[in-house]
Amino acid sequence: MEKTSSNNRLVVDPITRIEGHLRIEAEMDGNTIKQAFSSGTSVRGIELILQGRDPRDAWAFAQRICGVCTLVHGMASVRAVEDAIRKAWRSNAKLGVAIGKPSMTSMPKGPMQHGKKGHRQSRTPIGVLSEAEMAIPQNAQLIRNIMIATQYVHDHVMHFYHLHALDWVDVVSALDADPTRTAALAGQLSDYPRSSPGYFKDMKQKVKTLVESGQLGIFSNAYWGHPGYKLPPEVNLMALAHYLDALTWQRDVVKVHTIFGGKNPHPNFVVGGVPSPINLNASTGINTRRLVQLQDAITQMKSFVDQVYYPDIVAIAGYYKEWGTRGEGLGNFLTYGDLPMTSMDDPGSFLFPRGAILGRDLSKVHDVDLDDPSEIQEFVSSSWYRYSGGNTSGLHPFNGQTTLEYTGPKPPYKHLNTGAEYSWLKSPRWKGHAMEVGPLARVLMMYAKKDAAAQDIVNRSLSILDLEPSALFSTLGRTLARAVETKIVVNQLQSWYDQLLDNIAKGDTDTFNPLYFDPTNWPIKGQGVGVMEAPRGALGHWLVMQNGKIENYQCVVPTTWNAGPRDPNSQAGAYEAALQDKHTLHDPDQPLEILRTLHSFDPCLACAVHVMDETGEERLRLKVR
Amino acid sequence: MALPTLNKQLQASGISRRTFLKFCATTASLLALPQSAVADLATALGNARRPSVIWLPFQECTGCTEAILRSHAPTLESLIFDHISLDYQHTIMAAAGEQAEDARRAAMKAHKGQYLLLVDGSVPMGNPGYSTISGMSNVDMLRESAKDAAGIIAIGTCASFGGIPKANPNPTGAVAVSDIITDKPIVNISGCPPLPIAITAVLVHYLTFKRFPDLDALQRPLAFFGETIHDRCYRRPFFEQRKFAKSFDDEGAKNGWCLFELGCKGPETFNACATVKWNQGTSFPIESGHPCLGCSEPDFWDKGSFYQALGPWERYKSKPGKGAQKHAGKNS
Repeated sequence: MEKTSSNNRLVVDPITRIEGHLRIEAEMDGNTIKQAFSSGTSVRGIELILQGRDPRDAWAFAQRICGVCTLVHGMASVRAVEDAIRKAWRSNAKLGVAIGKPSMTSMPKGPMQHGKKGHRQSRTPIGVLSEAEMAIPQNAQLIRNIMIATQYVHDHVMHFYHLHALDWVDVVSALDADPTRTAALAGQLSDYPRSSPGYFKDMKQKVKTLVESGQLGIFSNAYWGHPGYKLPPEVNLMALAHYLDALTWQRDVVKVHTIFGGKNPHPNFVVGGVPSPINLNASTGINTRRLVQLQDAITQMKSFVDQVYYPDIVAIAGYYKEWGTRGEGLGNFLTYGDLPMTSMDDPGSFLFPRGAILGRDLSKVHDVDLDDPSEIQEFVSSSWYRYSGGNTSGLHPFNGQTTLEYTGPKPPYKHLNTGAEYSWLKSPRWKGHAMEVGPLARVLMMYAKKDAAAQDIVNRSLSILDLEPSALFSTLGRTLARAVETKIVVNQLQSWYDQLLDNIAKGDTDTFNPLYFDPTNWPIKGQGVGVMEAPRGALGHWLVMQNGKIENYQCVVPTTWNAGPRDPNSQAGAYEAALQDKHTLHDPDQPLEILRTLHSFDPCLACAVHVMDETGEERLRLKVR
Repeated sequence: MALPTLNKQLQASGISRRTFLKFCATTASLLALPQSAVADLATALGNARRPSVIWLPFQECTGCTEAILRSHAPTLESLIFDHISLDYQHTIMAAAGEQAEDARRAAMKAHKGQYLLLVDGSVPMGNPGYSTISGMSNVDMLRESAKDAAGIIAIGTCASFGGIPKANPNPTGAVAVSDIITDKPIVNISGCPPLPIAITAVLVHYLTFKRFPDLDALQRPLAFFGETIHDRCYRRPFFEQRKFAKSFDDEGAKNGWCLFELGCKGPETFNACATVKWNQGTSFPIESGHPCLGCSEPDFWDKGSFYQALGPWERYKSKPGKGAQKHAGKNS
């Protein structure tokens, strides 16, 4: 409610069309943002809840961190558990000793494994394992890649149409569009078969009926007519039609998750592989009927990206080129890498490479070590947490600790104390640098590593728009990069599906390595990292397990990197820095410009806020004011 | 109870026809509509019958919103264009900040006593600062918005029963909507997330019959929560024959045998996944090969490992339909 007030402070809360609870406060110099402060305003404490649980159950808890990027935390969690177990196996292999206890108590009862993996379980202890015996089956890797890629395509398309588009598309202006001219325009952009005058006429009527009802619902009270909207009525109508088409499309293509994971949101996973067995001769699991459905969904994804999403992005961007000169922010970019062609232990095989770029310098990609305690650290000097060693030093996630300590104003409040603690997010840093993560970071990393497909599509996009590569470092660049990487991923999707078919044709139907699932094979104590590139950026889960239980569980999440508050050196987070980069508001009562830049990051706040602690009972020292 | 039209409400509020037409003219000009639209607008507004719906998000993951976006019968878009006026929904609404809060308060005022309140996410009682929107604590916003609501639908296990934030050790003191609001009709549509069709069906039931459907003892609609997953599971014959998958990807798993020994919570879980299935009837967890987590039941996070069998086969063999009996006769 409180927006403008004393001290030229602008408040926008809630930031809508995002996941979760985000608040922006800005110190204004006239209509220009001088200082921006990003605050996550809701906490649940899922990492605390994870402590003491069975590591095999962790994915289900972690997945509930977010229901939008709904598989990423489940996936990262399964990888973290597998990494911890595999690291222990490997170190035992080096020593030449066996792991596991000579106990049958927690082995599955009844008949032992049928099929070719049976001999593994008959060994107790399991002895020294070869790399082949430790491998997650290739089919499981492919299915995971297909599920992750589906998440990308689904999430990025929905982000643009349903979360971001209304920053650029004026719904009311679409009422002035000529449907025939709209069809002609759409026909120039692509061969999308629905682009007929009748289709756009129906769409216009739908909008007209809604507006004339006087009940605008989700479109009410917005910024229609704001001079920042630059699209001609026909482009507005086309985009609005695609907004509705994308709603239908996403319901269909998400079935990829349902086939492998039983449902979406929140599909199921399993430590050691994937839960869905392959049996072409069964009426259930992955059979020919399912494979046909998968191919259909993959085809639909590619068609929509090629015929609708990517052409729309390029067409709309052409009217907003000035947004290629503002909203850059940090100029530092970080990726953990993902989508392995072999395994997660082989970063060289990733479609998205791992690395760091500092100060826009694409000539040098720095190596990133996830286990090095001096590289990734989290700070809490501006957060509502307390470190036992003081809030000025950072902690690596393996040694992380957190005590919830709300020191903000008592609700209801008008303003946060942005000079002190002001967010439930921490401030992650890489070697002390604030970093941006996400589609732009990934595209730049591919570009810098001279990935031919990425360079080709980036260069082509810039050429159509008549923009210099420097325009990538901006609000517009972020939104363009998201579409660019969607094209790269959707092209790759078909090849993973084809490989899966090849394997099945050769008689390889393995989807699960049972060694990981049996607690008698686990180390007494172990630790592992599960990383992935979530749609919103680099995601890592750091896990410590002991005696078959989770001792510590910590997530450093894309939106924590991007939306986190200032660190002890007063370095701003990525959102804050981007909003401080040339943001003059036409009308502070209608903060459209703020929404554009924030939405270009695709904020996901439930992901970003988390609570963690190494051990013990003293973690909940609440200070209620 | 038929919803009164705006014309009747205006008369009751003492607002003249002339003032109303002036408002319509202003609205038409704000929307850049031709003057000829004023009469149409007045007619449409006067007869506005798309009931107002306000959706509050508290300690949530947005999975419940994503679920309703997957609804195919009816679709979300047909609901919001033709059947309801979704006046406040963070994830998809165009307005932000002050304009968003204005929209919520305007809808509450204009449709006092008439609007439906939807809530996803739990409410933290440990400290009001644990979760705020526009500087207001979740509990205050819930109380303020519930006061003049016709009824409340708690969407998902978090709003229905506390859900994952309430899981041990419940770091933020999370509670369900029904722990705070006790003087309004409340329907719980649990599930993590709920079946989309359960959400839309309850909305359509309310719009059509002007009341909530019959509920079980946990205030869940019987049409979706009257039977267990196990009651209607297509793998049930294998359970009766004691044919179980012992491991993922073993012969039993490949043949689609029962997942009871892999920890399936279907026998204790009331939900309709086995009948209506997910994502346009494509599949459901058991069909894809994973045991049911039991996500529509209170405190399912704290009932032991997801991969630990519920108990001896005989316990569930001897009482088929146990769940359905458990709630029979307790409809509220």
